[in-house]
Formats: sequence, C-alpha cells, structure tokens
Amino acid sequence: MRDRGWILLGLALFIALVTFPLWYNTALGVAPKQLQLEKAKGEACVYETAYMRQHHMDVLMEWREQVVRRGNHLVKVGGKTYEMSLTKTCLDCHRSKERFCDRCHDYAAVTPYCWDCHVSPEEAPVVAARARTADER
Amino acid sequence: MSVVLALVAVCVLAALGYAGGQVEGWRWIFGAVLPYLGIALFLGGIVYRVARWASSPVPFRITTTTGQQRSLPWIRQAKLDNPFTPAQTFGRMLLEVLLFRSLFRNSKFELRAGPRLVYGEEKWLWLAAMAFHWSFLVVFLRHLRFFLDPVPAWVAALQSIDGFLQIGAPEILWTGLILPAALLYLLARRLFQAEIRYISLFADYFALCLLLGLAGSGVLMRYFTKTDIIAVKQLAIGIVTFSPVVPASLSGLFFVHLFLLTVLLAYFPFSKLAHMPGIFLSPTRNLPNNNRAHRHVNPWNYPVKVHTYEEWEEEFHDKIVAAGLPLDKE
Repeated sequence: MRDRGWILLGLALFIALVTFPLWYNTALGVAPKQLQLEKAKGEACVYETAYMRQHHMDVLMEWREQVVRRGNHLVKVGGKTYEMSLTKTCLDCHRSKERFCDRCHDYAAVTPYCWDCHVSPEEAPVVAARARTADER
Repeated sequence: MSVVLALVAVCVLAALGYAGGQVEGWRWIFGAVLPYLGIALFLGGIVYRVARWASSPVPFRITTTTGQQRSLPWIRQAKLDNPFTPAQTFGRMLLEVLLFRSLFRNSKFELRAGPRLVYGEEKWLWLAAMAFHWSFLVVFLRHLRFFLDPVPAWVAALQSIDGFLQIGAPEILWTGLILPAALLYLLARRLFQAEIRYISLFADYFALCLLLGLAGSGVLMRYFTKTDIIAVKQLAIGIVTFSPVVPASLSGLFFVHLFLLTVLLAYFPFSKLAHMPGIFLSPTRNLPNNNRAHRHVNPWNYPVKVHTYEEWEEEFHDKIVAAGLPLDKE
C-alpha cells in the first residue's frame, strides 16, 4: 500500500495511547503506594478490619436502611451495642475524614455521596463557620 | 454444540484464574507474569497484524460504492458513500468507525406466505453493537483510575457521569448494565435466530462468553462480593511502573477478572477481535473511488520483454529489402 506511512503513524499513535499509563506514571515518578491511615481512637472497629476494608459501604448502606427507613437505631455486634450512625459511631473513632476516609477514596477516585449531607467532627467547625459567613452575606 | 464448548472453555479459564489466586506459588504468576505476557502478546500481535496488512499491496481501488460516484458537474455525487478525495474518505471512515454506518444499513429478508420475499430494516444488531462498543470504551477508560496516580479529572468526570443515577454505594454505573445487556443480546441473536446460529462458530461464541465472563466478574466484584480496591490499584500501578506487587488481600474473583482479561489481551490480535485495527485497514472503505480519474498501475507487474515492430524491422532489414517489401523507416 502506498499509504504505509499513514498506517505506521496510526499504529504508533495507537501504541502510544494504550501505553499511556506507562508514560503518565513514569513522568510523575509514581510507585505502588502503601497508604497511611490515621489510627482510630477506639480499641476495635464494629467489624474486623479486613471485612471493613471491603464492605464498609455495605455496612453504611444497611445502617441507613435500618435507621432512615425502619427506625431501628441500635445494632448488636459480638455482644456490644452500637448506635447505627456515621457521625456518632464511625467518625467518633475515625476523627478525621481527611486523614482516614479521603486517603483511600482519593487514591482510587471514589466519590461517595455521604459527604453531601454528613460532616466529620473535625471539619464541623470549619463547615459551620463557612455557613455562618454565608448567612451574614 | 460450539456454544457449550465456548462456555465450558471460559468456565475452565475462570476456574484456572480462581485457582491462580488461591495457590501461594501461583499468585505471582497470575498476578504479574501472565499479565505482562498478555500485554506483550497484545501489542506485539497488533503490530504484527497491522504490519502485515500494510505490506500487502493494494494495486487497485476496490471501494464498495453505495452511492453516485463523482461524474459530470451536474450529477450530484454521494460524497460519503462514494468518496473521491481523501477528505471525503476520511469522513466516510469516521462515520464507519464511530457510528458503524455500514452496519446501520443492515437489512433482512424473509420468505413469507405466498411465497413472497419481504425486505425490511434490521437495526437491533447495530444498536446492540453500538451499545456494547461504546460502553466497553467507557469501561476501559474508567479503569484508568486504577492505573493512574493521581487520577486525572476527566477520568473522575467520566465516572461521575456514568454513575449519575447515584443509586447505592458504590453507585450503579450505566455501563455496568448496558455492556452485559448488549453482550447478552448479541449472544441470544446467535442462539435463537436459526440463520445466524447456522453460521456461528466456536470463535464467535468464545469471544462473547469471554467478554461476558470479564464483565460479569467485574460487576460481581463491584456490587456484590467486593474486593480491596486499594490492593487492586497497587497491583495495577505496579504493572505499569514495572515494579509488580501482588498484595495478599486480593480476592479470588479479582484473579478471575484479571486472568480473563489476560486471556482476552493475548487472544485479541489473533482472532476475529482484530477487527478493531482491521476496520481502519479495510480497502473497501478506506480508499477514494478515483479509478476512472487516475490510472493505477499494478506495482508488481512483471517487466514483460517485448519485441517491437521497429526492432523486428531492424532485425530482418536486409531480408525485407531483398523481398521488396516497404519499410516503415525511410
């Protein structure tokens, strides 16, 4: 084919595109990361860490279902009773959204809509102050 | 029969992938070695196929013409269906690659009572093909969130558009529904339409089953069984930065997903799936139809030895003169 030059150009473009993560990460000097999460205040989580790491969203969705739609507020796990509340239970131990939740969520580009309504205790004063100045204006 | 074979083949592959995640010594092979092999086969295979296509001569324009060709100035040319210039050809290819225009023209015919031959539109194949290919592209691009650090804004934006329904956490993504649905339609079409079942081979079913397995394992992992996605990202980043790691917390289903992807990559260039690069190199689509305006000389024409009349006359000059015959020269 007399269009060999064009074909090879297209092929080179394709290879460059599919190996894009290679260039991107090399340019930024990225390596596999071990994420540092802030140590929680409490002794033990409601469920085991390994379970929580994969299923915390399931737990939160179940809690929402129970509290908002069924009116049950307490849950018994392994002999202990917990209030099913993101703000009062989860965030009581994991004080900072920024140094706990966001660490993984940002890394994996997860944008849960928990924070459309909820605030973490640490960020609460900041949010409140922002709301106050907005009101005054 | 071939559909059962294909299904069994994919199940065996999935089981193999699962086993690869369970046996300690295999994790490294299935998590790092085989993915590299798969990527190498994919890239090498595509280069090999395209290079071969590029080196095969196309001496003549064999454009499929589906409209009026360029003719006298007062006859209107179908510019996209019978392109004459490179720009028109580019437009035709663009519609072909992005919108599957020739598939849109797909028609069917049936013999009805009478007997009467009836022709009709058949757009479902086109619709399912569009749904599948575009969802697959979005899914592919969304997966870049595992390969890039930091995740670029456009990947996050694509993801939030895909999940704009905001149902559940993790939120349901459109493509996670459309892609398997389109694949199931494409499979059902081969199974339930007698004419198409008749021409379907193992390779047709295998590609569909493999993609269904890949999409199915992904959907299962995201919505149902869950996996440690930070570990997934460590593995993915490790692969593209040539410092592979296989974290311990990866689930069995993830290995199924990864191994089916590895198989898909390795299988891709050497199967019907090579239509991805192939569509760009279809001589019936990518050539301007200018056969009547330009002379196309076959480049591998053998240099034929000819003996012209002039040479002949020279050779037998004396004899011709002796015989009293007229000569051209003189």
